[in-house]
Amino acid sequence: MGIVSRGFSGRRTGAEGKLPPGQYVTTDFPVLSAGPTPAISLDRWEFVIDDGARVLRRWDWKSFRALPSETVTVDIHCVTRWSKLGTSWEGVSLDALLADVKTDASHAFFRSYGDYSTNLPLKDVLNGQAWIAFRFDGKDLAPEHGGPSRLLVPHLYFWKSAKWVKRMTLMPQDKPGFWESLGYHIYGDPWREQRYSGDE
Amino acid sequence: MWRVRTVIALHDETATARTITLEVPDWPGHVAGQHVDVRLTAADGYSAVRSYSIASAPGSDGRVQITVERLPDGEVSPYLTQELAIGDRLELRGPIGGWFVWRTQQAEPIQLVAGGSGIVPLMAMIRARVSSGSMAPFRLLYSARDPGVVFYRDELRALSDGERSLMVTYAYTRVVPEDWPHPPGRIDAGLIAEATWPATLAPTCYVCGPTPFVETVADLLTASGNDRDRIRTERFGPTGGRK
Repeated sequence: MGIVSRGFSGRRTGAEGKLPPGQYVTTDFPVLSAGPTPAISLDRWEFVIDDGARVLRRWDWKSFRALPSETVTVDIHCVTRWSKLGTSWEGVSLDALLADVKTDASHAFFRSYGDYSTNLPLKDVLNGQAWIAFRFDGKDLAPEHGGPSRLLVPHLYFWKSAKWVKRMTLMPQDKPGFWESLGYHIYGDPWREQRYSGDE
Repeated sequence: MWRVRTVIALHDETATARTITLEVPDWPGHVAGQHVDVRLTAADGYSAVRSYSIASAPGSDGRVQITVERLPDGEVSPYLTQELAIGDRLELRGPIGGWFVWRTQQAEPIQLVAGGSGIVPLMAMIRARVSSGSMAPFRLLYSARDPGVVFYRDELRALSDGERSLMVTYAYTRVVPEDWPHPPGRIDAGLIAEATWPATLAPTCYVCGPTPFVETVADLLTASGNDRDRIRTERFGPTGGRK
C-alpha cells in the first residue's frame, strides 16, 4: 500500500471483488485504437489461418458466418483501467476455427485490417477462451469497436482482443505485436496486473 | 515502479481544469505525448488509479506537469482539481506509452488536432518543439465548446505570434467569441481543407479527444488524402453518440 492521500475517500461500487487490481467499473464502452477506424466491406472481408508459410484455412464472410457460433457473457478489462462487467458477445470460437488444424505451434500472432497486431500463447486461445466475435449486446459489432469482427480473449487485457482481425499465424515461438513492442506487457494478465513491460 | 511526488504548483486553466506541477528530482525523462499513472489511496487502503497525459515538455528541470479536466461524476478528477493542495504528495508511475508521441528528431510537418482536453498531450509536443529548437512545421486545429474552456490560451497566442510560429486555428462548437468569422460548428471537410496541412506534404497527424471527435476527424483527414499510416489517435471518454 502506498501513502494515504489526504482527504481522499474514493468511491466503492461493491464490484471490487470481481475486479482485477487497479481497475474500475465503467458502464460505457470506451474506445481505444492507435489510428483511424478502417472501413471493411463484408464482400472483401476474410479471415485466414496460416503457419507463416502456407495458408491453412480461409473463410469469407459467408462461410465464416455459416460456422456454429456461441453467445458468451464475460467481463472485460482494459489496460487503461476500465473494466466492463457482464458483456454479451456472439462469435465463433477459436476451437471451432482450429478444429481440423494440426500444429506444433506454441504461439499465435494476430493481424488486423489497419495493421494492428497482437501475440498470444496458443493455449490461451483454445478450450473456450477465445472467439472471433461479430455481435455485441445483441447487435452487429460497431466499426469503432472492431466490427465487423474482432478477436475476443476476455481473460487477458483487452488490447489482446484485436479489433478488425483478419489473420492468425501459428508460430513456433513468441513475437511481440503492436502494443507489446511499445512498452506493454508481452502476456497481459489483468489479475497479475501485467500492464507494462517490466511488470512481473 | 510507483514513486511519491510532491505537488509544488497548481494553476487553474479553466473553471474545470487544473494544471498540477510535481517535483520529480529523479525523473527518467519522457517523450512528448506520453502519460503517467496517478494513484490515490484512502485511509483504509482502497486505491484508485487513472492515467493522465503529461503537459510539460521533456527536460523541464525536475518538474512534470499534468492538466486534469474535472469529470462531473469522476472519482479521481474532482479530488485532483478541487481537493489537492500544494505540498500534498501523489504516487506517480511512468512515463508510459510509445505510440502517440512526437520525437524531436521528426522533421516532417506535424498536424495536431485537439478536441477539448485532448489538447494536453499535443501541448507537450508543441512545448517540446519550442524547447528543442525544432524547425518542424506545426499546425494546431483546436476544437473547444466555447472560448472559456480553451487551455493554455495565452501561451498558444504567444507561440503563434513568435518566430518559427505555430499556426493555430480554433473551432468553437457551441459559442464563438464576438466578431468571430464563423458560426459555431464542428470540424468539417471545409475546415480540414482550410486549417490543416495539405496531404501532399505528408504530415504526421496526431488526433486526440473524445471518441466521436477522433473518429470524425480521422475519417476527414483520410478523406482529404492523408495516409492512414500517418494518422495517430488517442481517444478518451465514453463512446458518446456518434452519428
